[in-house]
Amino acid sequence: MTKLSNALFNRLVIAIPYIWLIIFFMVPFFIVLRISFSQTAIAMPPYLPVFSLSDGWQGFWDNIGQLSFDNYIWLTEDALYINAYISSLTIAFISTCLTLLIGYPIAYGMARAPTSIRPTLLMLVILPFWTSFLIRVYAWIAILKPEGFLNQFLQAIGIIDDPLIILNTNIAVYIGIVYSYLPFMVLPLYSTLEKMDESLIEAAGDLGCPPLKAFWTITFPLSLPGVIAGFLLVFIPTVGEFVIPDLLGGSSTLMIGKTLWTEFNANRDWPVSAAVAIILLLVLVIPIAIFQNAQAKAAQQ
Amino acid sequence: MKSLGSIRRSFAPWNDSSAKPYISFKNVTKRFGDFTAVDDLSLDIYNREFFALLGASGCGKSTLLRMLAGFETPTSGQIILDGQDLSQTPPYRRPVNMMFQSYALFPHMTVEKNIGFGLKQDGMPKDQIAYRVAQMLKLVKLEKFASRKPHQLSGGQRQRVALARSLAKQPKVLLLDEPLGALDKKLREETQFELMDLQQDLGLTFVVVTHDQEEAMTMADRIAVMSAGKVVQVATPAEIYEAPNSRFVADFIGDVNIFDGNVVSSEGGKTQIAVSEDLTIVAEQNGSGPASGAAAFAIRPEKVRIAREAPANPGFNAVKGEIWDIGYLGDMTIYIVKLASGQTVRASRLNASRELENPIGYDEEVWVSFDDNAGVVLKD
Amino acid sequence: MNRMSRFNVTAIALGFAFLYLPILLLIIYSFNESKLVTVWAGFSTKWYREVWNNQGLMDAAWVTIRVGLLAATVATVLGTLAALALTRFTKFRGRTLFSGMVYAPLVMPDVIIGLSLLLLFVAAGFDRGFWTITMAHITLTMCFVTVVVQSRLLSMDRSIEEAAMDLGATPLKTFLQVTLPVIAPAVVSGWMLAFTLSLDDLVIANFTSGPGATTLPMKIYSQVRLGVTPEINAVSTILVAIVATGVIIASVLTKRREVQRRRDEQAAFAQ
Repeated sequence: MTKLSNALFNRLVIAIPYIWLIIFFMVPFFIVLRISFSQTAIAMPPYLPVFSLSDGWQGFWDNIGQLSFDNYIWLTEDALYINAYISSLTIAFISTCLTLLIGYPIAYGMARAPTSIRPTLLMLVILPFWTSFLIRVYAWIAILKPEGFLNQFLQAIGIIDDPLIILNTNIAVYIGIVYSYLPFMVLPLYSTLEKMDESLIEAAGDLGCPPLKAFWTITFPLSLPGVIAGFLLVFIPTVGEFVIPDLLGGSSTLMIGKTLWTEFNANRDWPVSAAVAIILLLVLVIPIAIFQNAQAKAAQQ
Repeated sequence: MKSLGSIRRSFAPWNDSSAKPYISFKNVTKRFGDFTAVDDLSLDIYNREFFALLGASGCGKSTLLRMLAGFETPTSGQIILDGQDLSQTPPYRRPVNMMFQSYALFPHMTVEKNIGFGLKQDGMPKDQIAYRVAQMLKLVKLEKFASRKPHQLSGGQRQRVALARSLAKQPKVLLLDEPLGALDKKLREETQFELMDLQQDLGLTFVVVTHDQEEAMTMADRIAVMSAGKVVQVATPAEIYEAPNSRFVADFIGDVNIFDGNVVSSEGGKTQIAVSEDLTIVAEQNGSGPASGAAAFAIRPEKVRIAREAPANPGFNAVKGEIWDIGYLGDMTIYIVKLASGQTVRASRLNASRELENPIGYDEEVWVSFDDNAGVVLKD
Repeated sequence: MNRMSRFNVTAIALGFAFLYLPILLLIIYSFNESKLVTVWAGFSTKWYREVWNNQGLMDAAWVTIRVGLLAATVATVLGTLAALALTRFTKFRGRTLFSGMVYAPLVMPDVIIGLSLLLLFVAAGFDRGFWTITMAHITLTMCFVTVVVQSRLLSMDRSIEEAAMDLGATPLKTFLQVTLPVIAPAVVSGWMLAFTLSLDDLVIANFTSGPGATTLPMKIYSQVRLGVTPEINAVSTILVAIVATGVIIASVLTKRREVQRRRDEQAAFAQ
């Protein structure tokens, strides 16, 4: 009896989450893939062919025959989609670089702070991550709009006369991304910098290397694993970002997540949005593969 | 009442051909991927024996212990305990218990609950568990700490909780994985003797894994010296020290001087080995020495004499050299003597009298000598 | 070191100002008398009363909390099992696929997860609403629970599990009596993470919800698109306050336990 229940326990530990993920992750993925080869139709669901068990084998093969690459061809022909992909990657890359520039000094300062206050600093970096993403993006609207706090402040101290137009531009999107994803950059950087032996810098100084040079020749190269991890942790989710470009960006801000959302919710073109999603996934697989490769290399060392 | 020593001297089932082994490893092999941790190993351990598996890290001793506990399954071979093949029995149904190197105390349970854990698994009634736990607490002198959690205990106390927990179920065999490794030197020495007393009082079979030869020599009835997944020698501590069966064992246990040479003759119970122009060794024959060809002579430093005067029979078991280094340790002095052949010889001398005047000094010429039966002849 | 420290202090101060100033402004202006969110016109709590009386918002909040509690709880069970499967069973058929499916949702854009789940629910003929949002959130958040619990399982001393089995506990009993109590803090923080992620989610909920089930982020989003209002500031402030209180209490408790533990250990070794 107990032997049976033990075997059952072991089996269930694997089977329950496995089956859940098959149903709610694997199957939906294949449905998306399949619909991306279908035709748009004015119906519910709004695509053809609709596979149904009642059609039998003959119906199944007929339906297969109706599948086509049309949606993908359409994506390559319409400049909107190609531009959206390119623009997503560009925006993601620029804002990730900005996040790194801003995050590195913070992580460095934290790693060199007295040990007693480090846990508190760490908690302060993590805390915004727990608060709603939407709210944090929303908070910037009031700051960036023409009559917002930033313009009020700059006008009050006399730097500018006319309000700067920042909201609904790409600059607002960069700010929103840097702000939202900063913890994801700071945390991996902090953990590599904190582990670093401070006597290395002392040794460099002892051997006649000035502090700034010591930073570039010793600290920075040794923190590269953290830089790479932080870069990808910010870059990957940013490419598919929807909320930030939608709320802070303008009509000219093209990002693929937003395009997909519009295509699906406004245009109700399910097959094309499915094709957009498949391409987006493929675009993301590449940086992830690079990341895993880098990790595997680090693990080997 | 007899002293512990006299009981142990008379205990030698391994010399009794009619005695049945209690634990038998039969051609046991364990592979992890390409790595062979235990290599076709056979070994017998007797009831009530205090048995030590000794070796450097990675020699397979821990794997052997873990196979006995059931955490690893042998790739091939059999493990028999008290007449039963254990190979297919899961760890939770084996009549053996283990004391872990890290102690593995359950951090969320009190000392009491830790000790009673195994009894609870057996479905023992609560009042009996309480009685047995109290008994165990008394045995390890931790009555006052029953309701503490592991992190509220010192290292030595944790070790005793781990011991009590593994003994609570009265296992047929107690397995100890580096039981004293985490203790400081003084506590370790005390605990060694406590463990020996406990083993005698309870009449249990102990199998201990250790890399510390002193620990193994002090506690064990017999020691198995392991290397690369094989047992190199199984014998009592005295035999291992005085009559190592190989160069590896001689070198692994204690300090040793090894002279390499060739067998000149082997007759009349003596073996003659030519070592160098000015030294021929005459040694009593023993089991492991070869009758001809290359041979090695191993001798412990305390059995090497040094003197200023030439011995009676220079050239045989005596050779001239020069004092190269002196290490004064208080109770004894270690001399490193360099011979004409270039080889150095280690000799230790007990400082039995206060020889403050005219001690043997650096660069002095001395004679190094030893008796026929002071060392052993080994294969090359 | 000393020469650098002024730079360090500045970097930290500016960094934290950047992180906290926007939220601080948002909180301050939730107490603004004026309807304009960027012009201060005196202290008032009227927007909080408005929120309380806004039936739509309160309904959405109630849906969000129910989804969050249910999704986080189921996700914690599934995620813990998945973590156990990945750390304790190194060889089983389809392990690579399994770990791939566990980690993929962590990096997949929300729009794709939302879209694919919606298409599943349509294909299966499910009525969209409370249950579909909950199932979608379980799928997303269980992966985060897995990562949190897995790292605890990996850092835990395996020999205590072996000790339990050595003392006669079957694998099931070992898990319930030893492993689970030891990893409990990680399971709890996994639950908290799952709950906040569910509260936070807009995109997936928007795809998988139907008429009659609107979550708070969906409600906030639809109002934000129309412009900034002090009412939204008030809702946001309440949410931020709840989460911040939760996180701060949790970390203070953890810290206090650690300090107590260290004190106990010192006392034990001083004997």
